[in-house]
Amino acid sequence: MKAGVVVFPGSNCDHDCYYALNSIHGVDTEYIWHKEGSVEGFDLLVLPGGFSYGDYLRCGAIAKHSPVVDAVVDFAEKGGHVLGICNGFQVLTETGLLPGALIRNKNLKFICEYVSVIVENAKTEFTSYYNDGEILDIPIAHMDGNYFIDEKGLNDLLENEQVVFRYCNADGEISEEDNPNGSVYNIAGVINKKGNILGMMPHPERCCEPLLGGNHGYYLFESIKNFLKGV
Amino acid sequence: MKVKVEVRFKEGVLDPEGQTILNTLNRKGYDFVDDVRVGKVIEMEVEDGVDGYEKKIEEICHAILSNPIIEEYKIIY
Repeated sequence: MKAGVVVFPGSNCDHDCYYALNSIHGVDTEYIWHKEGSVEGFDLLVLPGGFSYGDYLRCGAIAKHSPVVDAVVDFAEKGGHVLGICNGFQVLTETGLLPGALIRNKNLKFICEYVSVIVENAKTEFTSYYNDGEILDIPIAHMDGNYFIDEKGLNDLLENEQVVFRYCNADGEISEEDNPNGSVYNIAGVINKKGNILGMMPHPERCCEPLLGGNHGYYLFESIKNFLKGV
Repeated sequence: MKVKVEVRFKEGVLDPEGQTILNTLNRKGYDFVDDVRVGKVIEMEVEDGVDGYEKKIEEICHAILSNPIIEEYKIIY
């Protein structure tokens, strides 16, 4: 199994993702520069966090038109597994691979803190090492993480169990108070209908080992790794 | 030729910047202001006489300059 971490100008969580995959999970991992037109040979692609192209125009809007993203879209449409974290999630919504859009946080602030999220769907290939209803402590770090989707879109997401993570309090209760950025339905992460593309604002790669303050993100990479390895 | 494109959030999409400005205006006593929406203006200098440029400008606005899920645009020639 081989993973690729896409690097855009302005990506800044690419090394964290590489470290989590390669050093912690022992996955053969390579960086993929944004000018690459092919992603052949990879089983998992990660679009990391950061500020690709300076967030110009809209977060992820310029990245959407980079050569590597054409290849990522092609890979994903053929069933390849793609994980978009933070800015990577924004890129995935811009390309239309995931529904909805991410807009400015409701309080207009850059939020960098640990939050609680509840696992709404542990049946995905990215979350099978969690349980439904499990509460994760996981960091967020973003200015534009306010997930927007219209009512019809939200109903579709719910009908197809595409909401994977929601912001909650430490006891797993969900309220507007525990919604850090104003996201519709407290959504922190969604998956596509087919189940091969996951986008999330929280950073699992930043909490993969106790030394970094927590390891709740570890199980996400472990889930997808073992799925792709056929374990 | 100059082409100006205005991009703003669609009706129904929360505009946190607009809301913050609205709150400030109301607090300063400008209570007749009922709503504020913030957008952006993009100006392009384009060559004259390009075949089917109107369609191409539409394409640019739809695919790149705006995100149709959350934004609408207006082209001003």
